[in-house]
Amino acid sequence: MTSPEPTSGGAAERLAAACFLLATAAAIGLAVVYWRGGQTQLEGIMLAVALGGIGMGIVVVAKAFLPDEEATEAREPLASPEAEVAKLTADLESGEAPVARRRVLVASLGAALTALGASLLFPIRSLGPRPGRGLKTTPYEGGRKRVVRADGTPVRPADLPEDGVITVWPEGHTDAADAPTLLIHVRPNQGFRPRPGREGWTIGNIVAYSKICTHVGCPVGLYQAAEGLLLCPCHQSTFNVLEGARPIFGPAARSLPQLPLALDAAGYIVATGDFSDPVGPGFWDRER
Amino acid sequence: MSRTTRARRAKREPVGRWIDDRLGVAKLARTALNKVFPDHWSFMIGELGLYSFVILVLTGAYLTFFFRASTTEVTYAGSYDALRGVRMTEAYRSALDISFDVRAGLLMRQIHHWAALLFLASIVVHLGRVFFTGAFRRPREINWMVGVTLLILAIFNGFAGYSLLDDQLSGTGLRIAYSIALSIPVAGTWITSLLFGGEFPGPDIINRLYVIHILIIPAIITVLLTVHLAIVVRHKHTQFPGPGRREDNVVGERMWPTYAAKATGLFFLTAAVVCFLGGVFQINPIWIYGPFDAAQVSSASQPDWYMGWLDGALRIMPGWEIRAFGFEIPNPFFPGVLLAGLTFGLLFAWPFLEARVTGDHGEHHIDDRPRQRPVRTALGVATIAFYVILFLGAGADVLSTTFGLSVNSVLWTFRFAVFVAPVVAGSVTYRLCRELCRRDGLPMASKVSWGEIPSRLLGRHRPPDASPHPAEPDEPMPTHDELV
Repeated sequence: MTSPEPTSGGAAERLAAACFLLATAAAIGLAVVYWRGGQTQLEGIMLAVALGGIGMGIVVVAKAFLPDEEATEAREPLASPEAEVAKLTADLESGEAPVARRRVLVASLGAALTALGASLLFPIRSLGPRPGRGLKTTPYEGGRKRVVRADGTPVRPADLPEDGVITVWPEGHTDAADAPTLLIHVRPNQGFRPRPGREGWTIGNIVAYSKICTHVGCPVGLYQAAEGLLLCPCHQSTFNVLEGARPIFGPAARSLPQLPLALDAAGYIVATGDFSDPVGPGFWDRER
Repeated sequence: MSRTTRARRAKREPVGRWIDDRLGVAKLARTALNKVFPDHWSFMIGELGLYSFVILVLTGAYLTFFFRASTTEVTYAGSYDALRGVRMTEAYRSALDISFDVRAGLLMRQIHHWAALLFLASIVVHLGRVFFTGAFRRPREINWMVGVTLLILAIFNGFAGYSLLDDQLSGTGLRIAYSIALSIPVAGTWITSLLFGGEFPGPDIINRLYVIHILIIPAIITVLLTVHLAIVVRHKHTQFPGPGRREDNVVGERMWPTYAAKATGLFFLTAAVVCFLGGVFQINPIWIYGPFDAAQVSSASQPDWYMGWLDGALRIMPGWEIRAFGFEIPNPFFPGVLLAGLTFGLLFAWPFLEARVTGDHGEHHIDDRPRQRPVRTALGVATIAFYVILFLGAGADVLSTTFGLSVNSVLWTFRFAVFVAPVVAGSVTYRLCRELCRRDGLPMASKVSWGEIPSRLLGRHRPPDASPHPAEPDEPMPTHDELV
């Protein structure tokens, strides 16, 4: 055992005491700051000084005054001696044997526990509805619906300048998480090619795609007008607006679904039906 | 001096006596006080995790008094000007109130978040320490698996915690988590519907995550932490080789008083650092992100650091998915579910895989020096390189804007680097280990030839001869301590 030297002990004692007193002052300071209305940075610093002072003081005390003695302890073998194991096994079997011999008892108890366990799983079903067609449809389903901005106002083709992009929803559903749609006005000379069968889905050069990425559902928010590319800021999937929003880079494997557009009698843009495909991330039976 | 000591003793003894008369614990307490802990700086890392957990529970309990896990729509009328009049959920509003209108609320919130980051960091570094020193070997396989379970629970609970606030960033994270769960073949749509209470965003997810975050997982973590520490007490801590240190003893410091004092000091110092960070360094400023809106996202959306590898894997993965017979396995399944499953599956299995390959099924209480186990160390470093590349991949957009590079070329670089970097890092480590051993004149584990590994893993390996230690080619030569 090394006893600490008296001279260094005096210095260490003063240092440790200073730490503790500093901590005392900081703790009182914390109370005052809180009482006077609070200030996050000051509170944090006071708390840190109070805790740090106590911690430092204890460490100084431990290093200067507490024994720095190397101790050795034996490490007994972990595994129990064979005799112990044998006795335990015998004890267990003495309790088990009277029941284990009666096959009908064991089997019927097993059946009861299994049935109870299985039936207790059923309340899990209450947690949510059966996943149905909802994943494959959006509020656009079922006939013509005006598309509107976040504030509910309808859109005329003239509201969109060339290279312009706005986010729209089916009227009355601006809070639907699967319905955000991008209206994009591509330039006439950009070489937009509609997919076969979707020639009538655009109004002039205005085309509409789902804003929900087919990768993991982030809003595809960045439009690079010069190249006609839509970029998802989450995982950098890139879609070519001029070729049916086909993915050309990144992890997305499917095109953004397209929305069929038309004009109503008042000259506002309407969707004539739901998207071309289920919106957003893929799932097992998406194509079923 | 002596008078005060006597007075104190007189006061303490009746209390101690009173307790012992009823519980009879004097002998047990003395055994505990005399317990020997080997001393090494790297053995403190796990302690940091324990202390961060204590801080998390304390600050978290305080936050629960103010947080409301509700998705009911309200209009903000608090003291933060920029959001006044904005429609938001009650969850987000109560998080704003904690930040602006509850005195010391922001401090507690930020300490809680910093402590969570430290909690995860200490678990991961502690896992690295245990791996590289071989402290997972028999008899510690069970405790290794308890530790890996704690890591998974901590990652999940961290994610659940910051997803509660319903700000723009956390809502985006939840949507990604929803899509990953949705990608699971056959069961995905059911799992998400039951978890979220319907289609995303679902009416129930915030409320359910709250119960999971503040009750279910913390309770499991508390139990497993207790088991983890109890097993350490049962086994007694491992120690590095050194004079007088053998497989059948523990050399170090007694629990009382020095070790206990140092550990207490470390707790206070850890708390001090986390409180300083929480007071001075802003973290997760949800008022800047705004309330969640499914139609919006900001660029440079990154998760907390311990989720970064998953986000990076999602970005680096090429746009492939499997479609056949009208069914599909969507792209996010591979980086999001398969990679995570493989990661934790291999972590759980590692002690058993290594024992199979080396044929070493014996007990070990002396830690390896990483350099003496070049293959294990190289594999560990290669694995770290793999996950570091994935982590950096999660910042591909930030890197490309910072350095003015095209995001495509940055991602292509990562797609190659994720395979190249582990090979390079692993082989450099391997050579370095051998060189360091040679320089220090240390005995080194001899090589297992790569061709033997598959048959050893399958358990079909037959030792070539009947020498006394036929199936232990990777066993290090005994050091002078082990020969005693």
